Amino acid sequence: MQSSTVEDPKLALNYHKELKNEGTHGEHPDHRMLGVIVFLVAESMIFLGLFGAFLIYRSMMPVWPPEGTPELELLIPGINSIILISSSFVMHKGQSAIQKNDVPGLQLWFAITAAMGAIFLLGQLYEYSHAEFGLTLNVFTSCFYVLTGFHGLHVTLGLLLILAVLWRSRQPEHYSENSHFGVEAAELYWHFVDVVWVILFVLVYLL
Amino acid sequence: MSTATETKENPVSQNGHGSSHKQRKWQDYFTFSTDHKVIGIQYLVTSFFFYFIGGFLAEIVRTELATPDPDLVQPEMYNQMFTMHGTIMLFLWIIPAGAAFANYLIPLMIGAEDMAFPRLNAVAFWMIPVGGVLLISSFFVGAPQAGWTSYPPLSLMSGKWGEEIWIMSLLILGTSSILGALNFGITILTMRIPEMDLNSMPLFCWSMLATSALVLIGTPVLAAALILLSFDLIAGTSFFNPVGGGDPIIYQHMFWFYSHPAVYIMVMPFFGVISEVIPVHARKPIFGYRAIAYSSLAIAFLGLIVWAHHMFTSGTPGWLRMFFMATTMLIAVPTGIKIFSWCATIWGGKIELNSAMLFGIGFISSFLIGGLSGVMVAAVPFDIHVHDTYFIVAHFHYVLFGGSVFALFAGLYHWFGKMTGRMLNETWGRIHFALTFIGFNMTFLPMHQLGLLGMNRRIALYDPQFQSLNQVCTIGSYILAVSTLPLVINVLWSLIKGKKAGRNPWRALTLEWQTTSPPAIENFESEPVLWAGPYEYGIDSENEDEEDVEDMLTEVSAQS
Amino acid sequence: MKIPSNILTLIAGIALTLICLWYGQNHGLMPIAASAEARTVDELFNFMMTIATGLFLLIEGVLIISIFKFRRRKGDLTDGPPIEGNIPLEIVWTAIPAVIVFILAIYSFEVYNKMGGLDPMASHDMGTQMAHHHHNDNLVALDLEGQEMALGLGASPGNKDEESLVVDVNGLQYAWLFTYPDTGVVSGELHVPVNRQVTLNISAADVIHAFWVPQLRLKQDAVPGREAQLTFVPDRVGEYPIICAELCGAYHGAMKTTLFIETEAEYNQWVQNNTFAQESFLDEAVANYHVP
Ligand code: HEM
Ligand SMILES: [Cu+2]
Ligand SMILES: [Cu+2]
Repeated sequence: MQSSTVEDPKLALNYHKELKNEGTHGEHPDHRMLGVIVFLVAESMIFLGLFGAFLIYRSMMPVWPPEGTPELELLIPGINSIILISSSFVMHKGQSAIQKNDVPGLQLWFAITAAMGAIFLLGQLYEYSHAEFGLTLNVFTSCFYVLTGFHGLHVTLGLLLILAVLWRSRQPEHYSENSHFGVEAAELYWHFVDVVWVILFVLVYLL
Repeated sequence: MSTATETKENPVSQNGHGSSHKQRKWQDYFTFSTDHKVIGIQYLVTSFFFYFIGGFLAEIVRTELATPDPDLVQPEMYNQMFTMHGTIMLFLWIIPAGAAFANYLIPLMIGAEDMAFPRLNAVAFWMIPVGGVLLISSFFVGAPQAGWTSYPPLSLMSGKWGEEIWIMSLLILGTSSILGALNFGITILTMRIPEMDLNSMPLFCWSMLATSALVLIGTPVLAAALILLSFDLIAGTSFFNPVGGGDPIIYQHMFWFYSHPAVYIMVMPFFGVISEVIPVHARKPIFGYRAIAYSSLAIAFLGLIVWAHHMFTSGTPGWLRMFFMATTMLIAVPTGIKIFSWCATIWGGKIELNSAMLFGIGFISSFLIGGLSGVMVAAVPFDIHVHDTYFIVAHFHYVLFGGSVFALFAGLYHWFGKMTGRMLNETWGRIHFALTFIGFNMTFLPMHQLGLLGMNRRIALYDPQFQSLNQVCTIGSYILAVSTLPLVINVLWSLIKGKKAGRNPWRALTLEWQTTSPPAIENFESEPVLWAGPYEYGIDSENEDEEDVEDMLTEVSAQS
Repeated sequence: MKIPSNILTLIAGIALTLICLWYGQNHGLMPIAASAEARTVDELFNFMMTIATGLFLLIEGVLIISIFKFRRRKGDLTDGPPIEGNIPLEIVWTAIPAVIVFILAIYSFEVYNKMGGLDPMASHDMGTQMAHHHHNDNLVALDLEGQEMALGLGASPGNKDEESLVVDVNGLQYAWLFTYPDTGVVSGELHVPVNRQVTLNISAADVIHAFWVPQLRLKQDAVPGREAQLTFVPDRVGEYPIICAELCGAYHGAMKTTLFIETEAEYNQWVQNNTFAQESFLDEAVANYHVP
């Protein structure tokens, strides 16, 4: 490493852009993916807390869902699940594209993913507006809305991340085969949201 | 590499870099700076600000308790006072103060220029004043009054908006703490200079590693609990409200799943501080490096499976009480290892009994009492008697004040020179220590007896038979209040007039002492060299013994 | 490490042992104990006090000796001896605390068992077995679709078969209400005959309270929507405070009443005096009850 005397102030500004291994003061390997992973560990603890609470209610109540809870509609959420799960695969194609430096490919697959995410959210809204029960009917319905709502919030955030990647990808050279942290982060986040949905779907709808 | 030239103070060389090296401006401390040292100081100053508010509330609480009747403040107000006192002291004083040291020290100790994610770091800091001001603003709508534990259904029935503000503020502070922990953990794991492996890190880094793990695993669960509580409060659900079919005990489980680890989140950074301060001023290697390092991990792990010891009387079936009793008692083992190791470090050393060391030894002796009463309350049959009494208040103040706060002051006296370039004054420091130590023990020692005899906590009015002991506590708390004056005077005076610190006033070995005081913007002029382990004191003392005393004296005078 | 001469160490050790043995028994920190179980808790506490005093003196002693003995002399810039650890010593101070807490855990378990903490009737999680108790429970307003949880401390294993005097205890902001299902007496104070087993069924009307009698060393939260049990045998006539130990609102500190442990005759007298007034009181109580 070199002494700081030669430091270029511009470099200092670019401190965290993907300028790899130029041997300058102020650079270190890129740990942002690790950061995303650790952040997701923390996120999953929130869901674990909520799921844990849900399971305790479930085990405590003699009847679950409590008497008087209308049946949950399975069709729309089922289709929704399939859309969300397949969107993960679609999204992965986008990442594969950028690894071959194929920006249009990235844009295409990410756009499809975004559309699928949006459909999922619309389906969720449709389900809410047609549900025969309100938030406060009983503990089950409260759990239902809070869990799906909190998850929906994460889908929304994931969607925004994808849109941000798309927006940035219009800039030429922003993403390339060896520099596409944004793509990877968005994808990992999306997979995470997906996995959470699978667990949620099993717990809330199927069990 | 030659170290002789490195350890020489050379103030000119800094300016010598000219335009290439930015200089620190005082305005930086009020901006969104991404420099870990600025952020560290921002954390520290902010947390002290809230300490004074929290302390002021404590004095109101103590003054109220000087007499058995609720005469100073109405009982409702009293509940707001101790709720805010507890919340502020935990979430705006001790946790941010730990983060302050972590921010300032970790990159310096591992030879990095900054944290792994400097911008995230700044974001994490700025959430603290936001959350803090929000919390304080709850006084305008009626502060929360259900205790810092905020158990439903009471928290759902006493002052809706105060409670909601409390929840929001904790969510903000919790997020800040998660972002901070993420940064600390990754920085420690990935940004050490290449020669430093995990087992040659300073112990402070080990304790922050364990702390960060706890924050990342525990805090989100608190967030989940608070989200549900918030729904109950605002949207009329009944997750925790038995009237609608919910269960208040589930809140307690979720709350303590975070809040037991939280007590380690509050004390472990300061275990690390003590492991740094003591060897330097005892001039002896830390005794049992690995035992101390790994016991932090053991504590972190065990800390995650003891939470229901706070619920021995509330609604845990018998076998569960026994399980949590066993795990809780087990924590005493790694904690004991630390205490014994610190004592063995001191034993046989060449102790320089300065303010930092006084607070360090004060820490061991007070934390010891908190630890011993902690093992006692782990025993279910005994805890059933003392749960929610002043015995518990005494216990956790011995841990949080006698532990964390004493170590915090030790760290302050130890690193103030590094942070500001000027040393704190020793005389004022000793006065500060004496007043704190006396006031602290006088305030909290009698509370053990109060609790055993039958005084429950969180009460504005109490049985007159307890008055005399309570008055001792109240007088002690006034001494504590006075004890902050020497500190404030010392800090203000030393900032302007204090003795220049030089690079390494304590002749310490960890890397932060290899750079200037205060360190330059990116910490080290050139990458620091790991020429000794963090605690390798006395390795070459045999040669030094024979060294000419004359020589040494000239060296000393040259340095100062 | 330099250890002072053996004799001195030995004397110090003996003195330390004697002091902590003495202090463990004579700390005088606990209030009067009014049941045999309370005295077992005290024995446990004394045991813990003994160990704690020993450790306290040992460690504070080490610190104080160090401060005086191992001070750096002026001008001495050398370091102390480079001792980085001592594996046997570290094993010892890991093992000894481990053994101590092991013994303590076993001992606590024993005491807890003696107090009836593992009595399946009282300490089980989901008490369908509590259903029999339901019929005269008109004061438990918050009945969750038949689900009840019985928690707390049951009868000591030795007294299992004894017939208990049952009292329903209800906590509400800011008072305790005691109902005697056998006689129909409703009271704001708890009267029990000495040397007879008493079982309290504890519930809460609004927020969480906690039933605490320091002299019985017994405490149990009263959680709305759940029912908990405490069983004990008082053996010392007297008046003792009943204190609410869980924050329940502004006047939490005032939520107090008295436990009267009386002779059989006094107790019967009290029951008689109170039975006639019972009707009107009950109405009042129930009326109170339905105020949200
Ligand atoms: C400045 C000296 C301090 C004094 C005189 C003091 C005094 C008190 C008192 C008397 C109570 C009990 C209130 C009650 O139960 O009615 C209390 C509660 C509490 N204190 Fe302190 N305290 C001090 C410093 C601290 C510090 C430094 C911390 C933490 C780092 C702390 C954390 C707490 C907590 C968490 C509670 C519990 C609040 C609750 O019950 O919700 N205190 N304090
Ligand atoms: Cu705990
Ligand atoms: Cu109360």
